[in-house]
Amino acid sequence: MSEIALKELLYKMADDQLIQGHRNSEWTGMGPLLEEDIAFSSMAQDTIGQSLALYNLLHQLGESDPDTIAFTRNSTQFHNCVLTELPNKEYDFSLIRHFMFDTAQAIRYEALTRSSYLPLSQLAIKIRGELRYHTLHANTWIKQLGSATDESIERLQKSLLYALPFALGIFEESPYEKEIIASGIFEGEQKIKEKWLTQIQKIISQTRLTFPDIDLIQPVIGGRTGKHSEHLQPLLDEMSEVFRIDPTTEW
Amino acid sequence: MKPTVQEIYVWLEEVKDPEIPAISLVDLGVITDVIIKGKKVIIEMTPTFVGCPAIDYMKAEVEAVLKKKEIENIEVTITFRKPWSSDRITERGKLSLKKFGLAPPPSTQIFTDLEILETAICPRCNESNTELKNPFGPTLCRAIYYCNTCKEAFEQFKPI
Repeated sequence: MSEIALKELLYKMADDQLIQGHRNSEWTGMGPLLEEDIAFSSMAQDTIGQSLALYNLLHQLGESDPDTIAFTRNSTQFHNCVLTELPNKEYDFSLIRHFMFDTAQAIRYEALTRSSYLPLSQLAIKIRGELRYHTLHANTWIKQLGSATDESIERLQKSLLYALPFALGIFEESPYEKEIIASGIFEGEQKIKEKWLTQIQKIISQTRLTFPDIDLIQPVIGGRTGKHSEHLQPLLDEMSEVFRIDPTTEW
Repeated sequence: MKPTVQEIYVWLEEVKDPEIPAISLVDLGVITDVIIKGKKVIIEMTPTFVGCPAIDYMKAEVEAVLKKKEIENIEVTITFRKPWSSDRITERGKLSLKKFGLAPPPSTQIFTDLEILETAICPRCNESNTELKNPFGPTLCRAIYYCNTCKEAFEQFKPI
């Protein structure tokens, strides 16, 4: 088993979850209705908690402790896909991103329950169950608002088209893709991308939204190798502000 | 005198879920193993949800109970070796949840997707004329429902 390949996988997953979790937490106190405030806050707690579990696995593999990893790197050292760092904008975009991201998460963790790396497969069994609530939430709202009023449909359609190139960037391949597949750690980005497309289209087809021709869309990649948008560094500055003032403080 | 595994489980019943004080960690299924190795007592615990913020608190409580019983050599580890599922809650635990006002989770063996979540049995009137309002609630392990019979909201401990 190649440790570098394994670490690369764990870092990109953990970073995705930390950054997406942070964006979800920005809805706390700002949700369009109380239930959605609670939902996005709960998903933030889930997602950041899951990233902590992955950083702990990295720590066991010899990397720094989770707080140091989370709070002291700059944006070029983060491996999250660009989709997760985009600002929340309005609720329609946050909902579409949550739908696309958590659908991918559910499929990724389903695959990882079969991972040859035991600590990861054990964790994946647990997280798979938690993600069912995320996808239930996303699917319910996409189906509802995707068939509701002209305004809700138009807003979601616009956000869908905007988010899609970034969402395809979730599946940017690792330089160790062949190795990680051969070792049985993970079945690879290409496989989960196909399953993701099927699932996304299945839900969208139950609404009045239209799904574009995927072959014509250029994925936004680079996040996995530290090439980020201008939105990541300000997020990191805010997230790590307290830690940077006093790294030994009690939370 | 050296305690038995069974005795340790009885002691640990004293430790309650800090957010649902009606149920012990043992009945909640959070204690996944008790191992005695010579003079050492090893307790394995697992969180209900990966992001559960109460797990460190619960760990400290477990250590405190064992210290009170004069066990000096204690090791409490948090692991996903036996991942938590709501099926780990004992029958007694489910009754405690219901008395506390939370609908106990149905068995996860009977469903493959979450369609079943559309309704739950109201812990007050036992009717199932209810609807899911939010798969997320005041803590990660609870969902919010509305009972059309009682005309009141209630929470369910999520099946997972």
